[in-house]
Amino acid sequence: MNLPEQKAHLDEQSLEAINPDRCQLSSDSCNVTTPGLGLAEHFTSADSLSSRQSQAKTSVAAQPQSVQEGEALLIQRICAGEKELFYDLIRPYERAVYVAALSVLQNESDAEEVAQEAVLKAFANLSRFRGEAKFSTWLIQITINEARMRYRKDRAHLYESIDEKDTDPDGDYFPKDYADWREIPSECLERKELRQALLRGIASLGTKYREVFILRDVQNMSIADTAKSLNISEANVKTRLLRARLMMRDVLAPGIDGVWSLGENSWKKVRPW
Amino acid sequence: MEEGETVVSRIATIDCEHVILAISDYIEGAVDLCLHDRIKAHLAECNHCLAIHDGTRNVLTLVADGSVLEVPSGFGKRLYSRLHSVLK
Repeated sequence: MNLPEQKAHLDEQSLEAINPDRCQLSSDSCNVTTPGLGLAEHFTSADSLSSRQSQAKTSVAAQPQSVQEGEALLIQRICAGEKELFYDLIRPYERAVYVAALSVLQNESDAEEVAQEAVLKAFANLSRFRGEAKFSTWLIQITINEARMRYRKDRAHLYESIDEKDTDPDGDYFPKDYADWREIPSECLERKELRQALLRGIASLGTKYREVFILRDVQNMSIADTAKSLNISEANVKTRLLRARLMMRDVLAPGIDGVWSLGENSWKKVRPW
Repeated sequence: MEEGETVVSRIATIDCEHVILAISDYIEGAVDLCLHDRIKAHLAECNHCLAIHDGTRNVLTLVADGSVLEVPSGFGKRLYSRLHSVLK
């Protein structure tokens, strides 16, 4: 495929992403016990974890019907000529768009540029959005596709694609035998080092695992919306999610610099199994 | 239930491999009650799987508020500036 053909092919992919006919989102059909709930809600109800999860900043988690109805009205008015209302429509998803782009590109400036392009593309094609999908899912889908195109374009000279890079199959993944990591030292939660360790862990994931992990676990998107945004099956999302979570655990279980704090100035080396 | 068989012995028949495969759904509360009870019973007796369960759940706890990935300073301003040039 020569370069003009490649560009045409990529443009087709981009247009497919914003074609509402591809978004069969009539209902949230994921197989979780509580469909549509993000992890925050799951933990609160099932595992009684702390309120950290309920403070999720995300705006793309399960939305009440009224939000979607409000957005549908906004979209109607924008398409009717009240263009300035697009600011209101897009505002709740600023962060989600940026993070989605970052999940693919792993570069802040590229992610910001792609996020801007995705928002502009959403505006330009808003009349094609028929409300069969959540607006947020449609927007993230556009962003992911824009980011993937950028990724391929920037690495074209390397003769590789995302798919070629992530050649490992979604097979079983068995976690390493690290010591127990039963509790999170509370003082660690605010530590800069912890955030850096998490970022290193996320960066260490292959692209397809990182995308799923960020959309589902960081952004709290539902399994169904994650699948639609990435154009993969829900079963694939779950398989990749399991593997991503176990890999993250393996990266983080040894603790920061091999130790987890037990308290002020008290450190304990993690014991291997 | 056969004679001499306890409730625990009936449900504690899942092995480590299957627990790990289901650990993600278990943490999300997305397994059926039967599997949930079997995993729970297994975790009560298997330190290895319990460590993996707790560690995995800790990962999710740490990232669930979204703050690990911060938006660059001025991102919104630059976005709306660019959007403004299109909308005007």
